[in-house]
Amino acid sequence: MAVQKPEELSKIDYKPPKTSWMDTPAELRKDMFCWGNKEKSLKTVGFPNARAWSVADEDWKLPENWKEIFLEGLKERLSKYRSFQLFMDICVRCGACADKCHFFIGGGDPKNMPVLRAELLRSIYRNYFTTSGKMLGKVAGARELTYNVLKELWYYAYQCTECRRCSLFCPYGIDTAEVTILVRELLNLLGLNIEWIAGPVANCWRTGNHMGLLPHTLRDTVDSFQADLETITGVKVDYSFNRKGAEILFVNPSGEFFDPVGNITFMGYMLLFHEIGLDVTLSTYVSEGGNFGFFTSNEMAKRLHSKVYAEAKRLKVKWIIGGECGHMWRVWHQYHNTWYGPVDFLKEPVSPITGTKFENAKSNKIVHICEFTADLIKHGKIKLDPSRNDNYKVTLHDSCNVSRGMGMLEEPRDIIKSVCNNFYEMPPNTIRENTFCCGSGSGLNASENMELRMRGGLPRANAVNYVRDKFGVNTLANICQIDRAALQALMNYWAPDVVVRGVHELVGNALVLKGEKERTTDLRGEPLPGKEAK
Amino acid sequence: MGLENLLTHKRSTILKKWSDVVIETYPPETAAFLKRQKDRFANPVGSVVFQGLEDIFGELLQGIDYERVSAFLDNIIRIRAVQDFSPSHAIAFIFLLKKVIREELKKEIKENGLSKELLALESRIDELALLAFDIFMQCREKIYELKAMELNNQTYSLLKKAKLIIDLEEQESCPNGDNTKNL
Ligand code: SF4
Ligand code: SF4
Repeated sequence: MAVQKPEELSKIDYKPPKTSWMDTPAELRKDMFCWGNKEKSLKTVGFPNARAWSVADEDWKLPENWKEIFLEGLKERLSKYRSFQLFMDICVRCGACADKCHFFIGGGDPKNMPVLRAELLRSIYRNYFTTSGKMLGKVAGARELTYNVLKELWYYAYQCTECRRCSLFCPYGIDTAEVTILVRELLNLLGLNIEWIAGPVANCWRTGNHMGLLPHTLRDTVDSFQADLETITGVKVDYSFNRKGAEILFVNPSGEFFDPVGNITFMGYMLLFHEIGLDVTLSTYVSEGGNFGFFTSNEMAKRLHSKVYAEAKRLKVKWIIGGECGHMWRVWHQYHNTWYGPVDFLKEPVSPITGTKFENAKSNKIVHICEFTADLIKHGKIKLDPSRNDNYKVTLHDSCNVSRGMGMLEEPRDIIKSVCNNFYEMPPNTIRENTFCCGSGSGLNASENMELRMRGGLPRANAVNYVRDKFGVNTLANICQIDRAALQALMNYWAPDVVVRGVHELVGNALVLKGEKERTTDLRGEPLPGKEAK
Repeated sequence: MGLENLLTHKRSTILKKWSDVVIETYPPETAAFLKRQKDRFANPVGSVVFQGLEDIFGELLQGIDYERVSAFLDNIIRIRAVQDFSPSHAIAFIFLLKKVIREELKKEIKENGLSKELLALESRIDELALLAFDIFMQCREKIYELKAMELNNQTYSLLKKAKLIIDLEEQESCPNGDNTKNL
């Protein structure tokens, strides 16, 4: 920022200039953007224009014909995806979506209004692909694609979490998340990604999970969970990796092997699977359900997704259960069938414990862990002691991809109400389909963009604060690994006393195992209610 | 009429003008939204700002309780600290009150010879500004602390996975605190 003179500083009746958005160039602010991708991350997956570059530099080291590449890419996608062409044409700028984005609500930057976010690309589309735009230019809302405009597109494509809240309010069903997805795809043609996405994609492609954890590390990790669980419950739970012929393959977000909050959620699954004697295996090759490829391009999402089925085929399992993850479910629910249609080498999922047929998973053969657990509870197949969670006053953050994306609203609630005695909902316009994003989704949960995350998460945190003050809520439950990692920082800034927990952590606490010893602590090693040191 | 009576009397006009100028520190499209949307969950920034200014004004009238007023200031500044404001613009809203009061009560202050009282009030407002600056700094420090903690935890987890750290340090990795990167 330029140094301001005292007389400028004391002009305290500061009002921002009233210029139209096209005449207001974007200032790329540190703390708002994530670091650009590394050369090696793009190379690993064969993405174009792999080179060292820095967002803060003037020169982004683009190929000479970058404009041509971008416009060709745009043209190709307009003809390939009819919905995209429609989204470019039919917006009437009614503004119904304008104030629905958490980044706009929390941050106040008009270019984060979904209508304007999409307009950043639409204006280019008009200029090169519509007659009115070609003839009338700015009057018709068209503008040229310049280097600065490209930078602006990049800046705002990585300030959208692809949460789809805005699309809920659009009378035409325009999905700005899809526009962002395609803008990111176009930017990837020029090697313009962020490392927080590109790195995990490369790791996932090469090793099978975002962090690049190798098989022996995974085994050691789960071994340590097993030991911890034995200390807490007195029961040695079994597990297996890469076991051929198991009935079920379990795929979860790898953050659960890595992040302390995720660890505990995973331990919850382990207890559950052990208790019901499920014939389930993990895989060291597909140790990642989360698909960061989805945040780069359709093609990359497919490449990573197909690995899951290749492994299911290799292990000859019958069907798949997926863990508490957000965008993994978006891919499965909204893209899988378009890409591949029904999977024919797996069986239609049936719970071996309750006999329930998961009809909704007929085609892709994967069942959400919450559907599976809610079904067990409904049929009374597991013994629960909710009083073990009595120290927690719980509210649920609906993860965008699972709630708005796939319509799973009741199952996590049913589970929580069975494993906890104190559950309180946040206000209706902040939950279920209306849920406010954590502000860190779609690969934006890096640390360098903390300011962006804090403003994007403000509407969510504001609703948490409300139930904290009104009911004494101290626990924010959720079913997404990005939430588990990102929401704690958000709470620490906006609602310091609230602790983030996965739903299956709460399940693991309440689950009464056959032959367990008297538990004195929860899965985090904290004393259970009534077991505090005197 | 003394200054305090005047302020009480004109409370709603002053508050309205003050909040107007504060909201106008946002770009026009944003300002329009912040004023229009009354639902506190759909528009947390607007509702916190309106409520906060009212509370702070109340404190100035009643006599300042520093603990209470800090909380009121915090509500607004915590938000402005993560928005596109420079530090000076983030806390400028306090000074804007001086301007509003001078403009609104110009005539009465002159007629009733209240400039001494006005000066006293203005120095109370200056004190709020100092407090505001501290709060702004705390918020920004918190952001850097959150960043650093996430990075530290990430490094720690990696070292542990690589078996370069033994479990004795387990206690230091607190699942309740800022956790590591997840992905
Ligand atoms: S998809 Fe979500 S983040 Fe993106 S513009 Fe819409 S509301 Fe905002
Ligand atoms: S609600 Fe739909 S039509 Fe209206 S401005 Fe937004 S995207 Fe355009």
